[in-house]
Amino acid sequence: MPARTLATLLADPGAALLLNRNAWTGVLAAARAEQLIGTLAMRLDGLALPQRVAAVLGDARATALEGRRQALWEAEMARRALAGVVEPVILLKGTAFAAAGLDAGQGRSIGDLDILVPRQRLSQAEAALIDAGWMWVKPDPYDDAYYRKWMHELPPLIHPERDRMIDVHHTILPLTARMKPDAARLIARAVPLGGGLAVLSPADMVVHAAIHLFGDGDLSGGLRNLWDIDRLLREFAEGDEAFWPTLWAFAADHEAQRVVARALRLAHVLFATPVPEMWTRAGAADAWYLQRLLARDGWGRETRPATRLAFYVRSHWLRMPPAMLARHLWIKWRMNRDGRPPPQQEGQ
Amino acid sequence: MRYVLGVRIGPVTFRIGSDWQGPIAQLRTLYRDYPRDDGVPDFSVRLTPRRPWRRWIRPAVMIEGDFVIPDAAPLPLDQGVLAAEMGMNLQMALGQRRFLLLHAAAVERNGRAIVLTGESGAGKSTLAALLQTRGWRLMADEFVLLDPASGLVHPFPRPVSLKNSAIDVVAEELTGAHWGPLMRDTPKGAIRHLVPAADALAAAERPARPVLLLFPRFGLPADQRGVGAGEAFVRLTQASTNYVVLGERGFTALTRFVGDVTRVAIDYPDADAAAAMIEKLW
Repeated sequence: MPARTLATLLADPGAALLLNRNAWTGVLAAARAEQLIGTLAMRLDGLALPQRVAAVLGDARATALEGRRQALWEAEMARRALAGVVEPVILLKGTAFAAAGLDAGQGRSIGDLDILVPRQRLSQAEAALIDAGWMWVKPDPYDDAYYRKWMHELPPLIHPERDRMIDVHHTILPLTARMKPDAARLIARAVPLGGGLAVLSPADMVVHAAIHLFGDGDLSGGLRNLWDIDRLLREFAEGDEAFWPTLWAFAADHEAQRVVARALRLAHVLFATPVPEMWTRAGAADAWYLQRLLARDGWGRETRPATRLAFYVRSHWLRMPPAMLARHLWIKWRMNRDGRPPPQQEGQ
Repeated sequence: MRYVLGVRIGPVTFRIGSDWQGPIAQLRTLYRDYPRDDGVPDFSVRLTPRRPWRRWIRPAVMIEGDFVIPDAAPLPLDQGVLAAEMGMNLQMALGQRRFLLLHAAAVERNGRAIVLTGESGAGKSTLAALLQTRGWRLMADEFVLLDPASGLVHPFPRPVSLKNSAIDVVAEELTGAHWGPLMRDTPKGAIRHLVPAADALAAAERPARPVLLLFPRFGLPADQRGVGAGEAFVRLTQASTNYVVLGERGFTALTRFVGDVTRVAIDYPDADAAAAMIEKLW
């Protein structure tokens, strides 16, 4: 089972020495599909690997390093554009891990730039970015209005010269979602990095990762997000006894205890993450989540269509109340029927 | 996947999987003289139906793999070879990191290589194919691989994709060449793949030093002009799919390359005229 083997290798790089040729082929394809190939490359760096495998991973490592450089440059571009409007710029997800020098950023693929700004500064931030050359991606009035009314972020903006997207968040879940994270606390507790940038506090960073993985979206690309959580927990909990109580208190601030608990349990099961004992016992639906996270074969194809469909339905159920969901799906269906491309489901 | 072919082309290995037997059988014939490879591949390509039942009902081949573009149109099953070729191109264009990719053709003699670049339709594939009968080894048609470490050009002798009237022109000269199936109604008209000559496949892993960069244009009276290093540099950044992602390595490799080679734009009315100009230039 390639995705399971991938998880094993990430947690225990020494296991790489036992793999045969076919297993390697499957693991590398699964790692590419899950956007974990750069992470895997960094984890296995220095091991005596078969020549072909070493070559593929060497390329992945170079790609990840270049991706990291470009992501940090993009953060700097946003900082310059937002100077005087939003200071410091709070980075989220992959760019935050890289900028803060966290283990979770080692080899991680980084897509869009995600930043968090106070809601009352949102329109000024948008104007400043447009002024600096960013442009709207979604030309459709329904999509645009939907974002502005219900989403936790501005409609995505792209910088055409650098071909990079920015997601400007004012909170970390859609306003229609059942959980209500406290964006003001996220911002108040953010940790400055110097150079006009900041990241969420350690416990908030874990809560955000857990919310992103289990409270929003259909878990596609979820293996990478759970790996982030493993790395963050190991790094933050090491030598800090106050970390676990703080994490639990912050999870409560954001109404996110359930998703945080699930993240801890699944990270423990899959990556042997050291967590307090109460989270070492599997929860009722954990096996089902695990099945979804590992639904990838040795050709990089998604498997288990029924499980995936169930999680897709679940993602919409979590995201909005039923009547609103029905209306949204109806409008989207009509847009698609009239020859418009279907909305892309992105892993990021 | 049900049907699989592993093949090595120059320094790159591919694993091509298909849910239909047809495309793999055609590929086995096309790649009959290439080394088989069942090791860990550099890239995987998948030829799959859009929906499970489309394997049988109105079969259409979706091109997938390690690297994909979101809304690529499927191809009819009898163009499975084309789908596989496009899939392999896509893996290279989006996934190749060891070499700087130049959208170009290359030929070699005595360890020295000529790189022919230019927009699609400028005639470089046809010219590269025809130079094979004029004392040149074909190194690459679609992608030239420039090694940032050594500055050498590595072969990537994929079958040459020839279109429409070029198919007959080349077939007339290269008698006895090995060809893929003729596909008449592709999105780009008729397409047929020409397997490079035996010497090209035998030397598929032998790099060469680039000495001449040509920007050929077919169908014009014979003419030539020098091209500045700056212009060549800019045109090649546009002709490279991985220049940006290679970062500084790509910049260093390309500046070195344009500095090392003689750079000439040539207009030519036919292959003989082009061959004569090349003999003088290199």
